Amino acid sequence: MSASLADEGLVIPDAPTEPGEFEHSLRSLRDSGRKLLVAYVTGGLHDEWPDVVRAVADAGADAIEIGIPFSDPVMDGPIIQEASELALRDGASPVTVLDTLRTIDAGVPLAVMTYYNLAFHMGHERFASSLYEAGVRAAILPDLPLEEVGPWARAADPAGIETVMLAAPTAPDERLPRVVARSRGFVYAVGLLGVTGERDALAASSLVIARRLKAITDKPVLVGVGVSNAQQAAEVSQVADGCVIGSALMRRVVAGEGPTGAGAFIAEVRAALDAS
Amino acid sequence: MSLSEPSASGRFGEFGGRYVPETLVPACQELEAAFRDAWADQTFRDELDALLADYAGRPSPITECHRLSEELGVRVLLKREDLNHTGSHKINNVLGQALLAKRMGKTRLVAETGAGQHGVASATAAALMGMECKVFMGEVDMERQALNVFRMKLLGAEVVPAMSGSRTLKDAVNEAMRDWVGTVENTHYCLGSVMGPHPYPWMVREFHTVIGKESREQCAKLLENEIPDVVTACVGGGSNAIGIFSGFADTTAELVGVEPAGGAAVGRGVPGVVHGMKSYLMQDEFGQVQEAHSISAGLDYPGVGPEHSHLSSIGRARYEQVTDAEVIEAFQLLSRTEGIIPALEPAHALAWVIRDRAKLAGKTVLLNMSGRGDKDVAQMMEILG
Repeated sequence: MSASLADEGLVIPDAPTEPGEFEHSLRSLRDSGRKLLVAYVTGGLHDEWPDVVRAVADAGADAIEIGIPFSDPVMDGPIIQEASELALRDGASPVTVLDTLRTIDAGVPLAVMTYYNLAFHMGHERFASSLYEAGVRAAILPDLPLEEVGPWARAADPAGIETVMLAAPTAPDERLPRVVARSRGFVYAVGLLGVTGERDALAASSLVIARRLKAITDKPVLVGVGVSNAQQAAEVSQVADGCVIGSALMRRVVAGEGPTGAGAFIAEVRAALDAS
Repeated sequence: MSLSEPSASGRFGEFGGRYVPETLVPACQELEAAFRDAWADQTFRDELDALLADYAGRPSPITECHRLSEELGVRVLLKREDLNHTGSHKINNVLGQALLAKRMGKTRLVAETGAGQHGVASATAAALMGMECKVFMGEVDMERQALNVFRMKLLGAEVVPAMSGSRTLKDAVNEAMRDWVGTVENTHYCLGSVMGPHPYPWMVREFHTVIGKESREQCAKLLENEIPDVVTACVGGGSNAIGIFSGFADTTAELVGVEPAGGAAVGRGVPGVVHGMKSYLMQDEFGQVQEAHSISAGLDYPGVGPEHSHLSSIGRARYEQVTDAEVIEAFQLLSRTEGIIPALEPAHALAWVIRDRAKLAGKTVLLNMSGRGDKDVAQMMEILG
């Protein structure tokens, strides 16, 4: 066993200095004074999911995260777990989700949010190029922290896939700049200690982490996990550049509200952000 | 070779690592530092040794199985981890982790459990040390191991059903990790096997090396050659196996792990990443983790500890698979010939010895009797009628 292979996790390549397409798009919008809204949609959930993606884009999402369902989503709470399970039961796979994605002209930048094993199993290069060919420009892999991102990043960077890193409230001050430096597309600020899901009130920790990140980076800082409605989105975006909304949207989709309900909810969040 | 420390990134060869949400990275780093510090601290070691002796009842004996050996034509020795307090080897690890958690200032333990043995051990340690304890258990397992659920509650733990996915051990691990993501400031995740993110596979192994160390000394007195020909143990996550292997890794003894046919992660030999580690993993063509199916709730796990994947890939240990039917036979045979009712988990190792008895003829086999069968009696009563 070679030493380099044994310690593959310790070698973290520097992120390219130039922003990619995804980040460029978010930066331009942010710099024009707009608060950013990224919506999460579980890929493969019901046949109408492409319509949900389009409706959410039309309603004012600035980018969309497509969830590729995974059997063991450890960073996700009950709603996204249920959405993933239902999609898997409907036969969703990375191949079906990406094939369908190719046919959706959402008009906004696309990211995927999934778990590392799907990329590892397909092979880093192949997974990265499959994403690119499907029109995806960024990837969020919540179980791939800084120390393990090396092998994936070495394939994703040259393939044009920007890997978004998560920055958590538990990170000590000396860790955050390293996470930020490796993050592309935007910096995903984890709003609270916990998994994805709706909360009654915005956690104070979401403002704290947003402030800590804004103090050290010019990259777009978006808060996700626990941002549950229009009012909380506006509140957190007072400090952050915007937010990611997932469970609150997927609860409506799981409940059968369809593209119309999904679009209406995102429009409401958009309006609150624009008014703030 | 003896079993070595993992690399700086927590790898055994290419396996292991720390694939956890960013929120948990600092906690894993803190745990690693705390364990390193404690493990090098004689006061901590003395305190743990005293608990293992006076509370858990160590050392556990080795029992020579005269009647079984005669029937099989193989000399079988059992390392009696079933005689520990709480009825399995799990207590070794749990006492170590609970003591460490206390030293780190944590007030609460979360744990996952399959058959309930690790859950019972965790609840026991929490009771002993005055800590809060929450145990996640697959809904399916709660039904087939109802007695252990009651035990945990009796010991003051909260038992929460894992309702997602296959509703077995795999999903209990997911739920425990999700809980930990939200409670990491005051909570220690008391992981029950040599799996999960670094430092768990290494730390849990170290807490179980007591099995191998004792066995080595006991065999030196008991056996003319001092070393058995074969050392065998069942493998789910693989904690009892790594514990006993650790005492013989640097000898000529053949090391054989036995997996259930329906949960043969090593047997299938496809690497994957789940539950914080890279290891062999049962998965479909896309990398979705598959559900394991075994008569034994404790081995109903699609993955395996990363060090086992490493030992298999370098050829130092080999891994066999046995069927539920073979396990049922072994369970009955040991009960009848030796008056020892084994847990279904170690009955897997015995099932392999029985099946391969011709190849093993005349050899000495040390088998880790990792737990007692009381918890499985109700299930076996249904199966045997």
